[in-house]
Amino acid sequence: MSAFPMMKASRKRRRTGVTLPRRVGLLFVLPALILFSVFLAYPLLSALSYSFFDWTGITREGFVGFDNYVTLFTKMPFTDEIPNAFLHNVLLFIGAMLFQNTVGLGLAVLLHRVGRLKRFFQTMYTLPYLVSPLVIGYLWSLMLSPLFGPVNSILRAVGLDGLAQPWLGNPSTAIWVVVIVTAWQWIGFPVLLYGAALGGVPAELDEAAALDGAGSWRRFRSITLPMMVPAIGTVSVLTFIGAMEAFPIPYALGGSGGNPAGATDVLSLLFYRTAFESGSSNAIGTSSAIATLLFLFIFVVSIVITAAMRRAERRLF
Amino acid sequence: MSAATETRVILTRKSGRTAPPKRAGQKTTFGGVATGTMLWVYAGISIAPLLLMFSNSLRSPLGLPLEPSFTSYQKAWVTASFETFFFNSIFVTIASVLLSTVVSLLAAYAFARTRSKWFGGLEALFLSGLMLPVYLAILPLFFLLDSFGMISNLWSLILVYGALGIPFSTFVLSSFFRQLPIELDEAAKLDGAGPFRTFWSLHLPLVRPAIATVIVFRFVPVWNDFFYPLILIRDQESYTLPVGVTRFFGEYQTDWATLFAGLTLATIPLVVLFLLATKQIVSGLTAGMSK
Repeated sequence: MSAFPMMKASRKRRRTGVTLPRRVGLLFVLPALILFSVFLAYPLLSALSYSFFDWTGITREGFVGFDNYVTLFTKMPFTDEIPNAFLHNVLLFIGAMLFQNTVGLGLAVLLHRVGRLKRFFQTMYTLPYLVSPLVIGYLWSLMLSPLFGPVNSILRAVGLDGLAQPWLGNPSTAIWVVVIVTAWQWIGFPVLLYGAALGGVPAELDEAAALDGAGSWRRFRSITLPMMVPAIGTVSVLTFIGAMEAFPIPYALGGSGGNPAGATDVLSLLFYRTAFESGSSNAIGTSSAIATLLFLFIFVVSIVITAAMRRAERRLF
Repeated sequence: MSAATETRVILTRKSGRTAPPKRAGQKTTFGGVATGTMLWVYAGISIAPLLLMFSNSLRSPLGLPLEPSFTSYQKAWVTASFETFFFNSIFVTIASVLLSTVVSLLAAYAFARTRSKWFGGLEALFLSGLMLPVYLAILPLFFLLDSFGMISNLWSLILVYGALGIPFSTFVLSSFFRQLPIELDEAAKLDGAGPFRTFWSLHLPLVRPAIATVIVFRFVPVWNDFFYPLILIRDQESYTLPVGVTRFFGEYQTDWATLFAGLTLATIPLVVLFLLATKQIVSGLTAGMSK
């Protein structure tokens, strides 16, 4: 999988190591296997099965096939809430992708030219990425607060009073706040990864092209960019997964209800509300159906993006 | 996304190491100045909100931030029980990172030193955990832990994070174990060392840089995680910092300095770790490279 290049390398080396008898090997693997099976594999498979049953509170009733899925697509409020939340996840993905592949790529290219201070800038850009997304969300909710928030104060101070507004109270701006804050937090990763990919472009290739009279844009497009396709692929897949899983930032900015009026709702919040806050007697059945659909969607699209990127890679070389 | 996230950072560092840094010319050119300006501007955009968080936390309730006041920290720490949340978070993070590192070390060693399709399949199964949105399995997990009577128990978080850490940790550690020459094991065998002795005395010291990497990169997502404690911890005494922060935001809505102090408290350990460990990780990786 191109998302994890090290895997390929390690697979080749497997043949060299043959010292552990199988039984001893199993003994070594056992603790991890137990932990993994009980707290990861078993709940994942159970979640799948939950979605095919009718539930009354926490009691499992009869097998109902795809009824819970049908509910999601035919009954209120799901017929409103699912498309609304899904659209916001897609906006998050598109927004983050645009930001990372313009600003992020630009910063990586600029950083590549800098000798001194490179690590300093990398640290600065990566710091927000390591801070808890929940803290980031709350921090921005304070900064954007209508009356006392620094953002509006700054706007008023520079004479842009007209722009000062309740950013998070207005349904038409709230979702963009979520998108921009998320993209802002994530930027450190593409800067690092693209930086590493740029470091992998052989300088001789670039110099040879320059001698042949290729301009800097032409060299970027025909040499650098194709060599960065794997990195762009990795960023795309992980941004996609991150955007579909988004939870803490929307939660901090809009609460579990995706306020105002569902303007910041995303699928994970919808899942959380359905499972823990809806009070519906079949909460487990319907929320498990949401989880399963989201799970399949993330899994399938990740594979498709990975395959598409691999094809692009082959075409470019 | 957390596990995958860490992998990315590691990959970056690994490949970044092999890339020879391109020296910029010493001359001051227009392009050079423009580059520097843009980099500084974005550094400002990136760091300003965090600095604002810190400076606002030092404001006294009425005054200007000219004279730093720590009353808001005192308030967050004592009155808002951040002390409890903080030590809960420390305990959960350290215990779960240790747990996942120890079991992953053992498993990774077995993956690197066996050759059978069973172990290969198992390794692939563990790796698949890197790409799956595993938090969607929260309901069965809740019922499972409830049946053990472990809801609101910090050990429930430790076990869950321990399991969640396995995909990433075995992935990194097994690739390090594989780089160790097999002759090492053969020599140890000739000297009469059993498999566990070989693992403990010979391999463990050699993969120390990888262990440091795994510990640091697991620390961050576990410390930051909000989803699992939100659902698995019902008792306020057992809240970890992120859930504590949400509770706190409901209660102290108007007390800005205290809110900022709380956010700063939740962030400081990570910033310290990041600043300390960048050095450690880089030195660890370069030490591994010289072989």
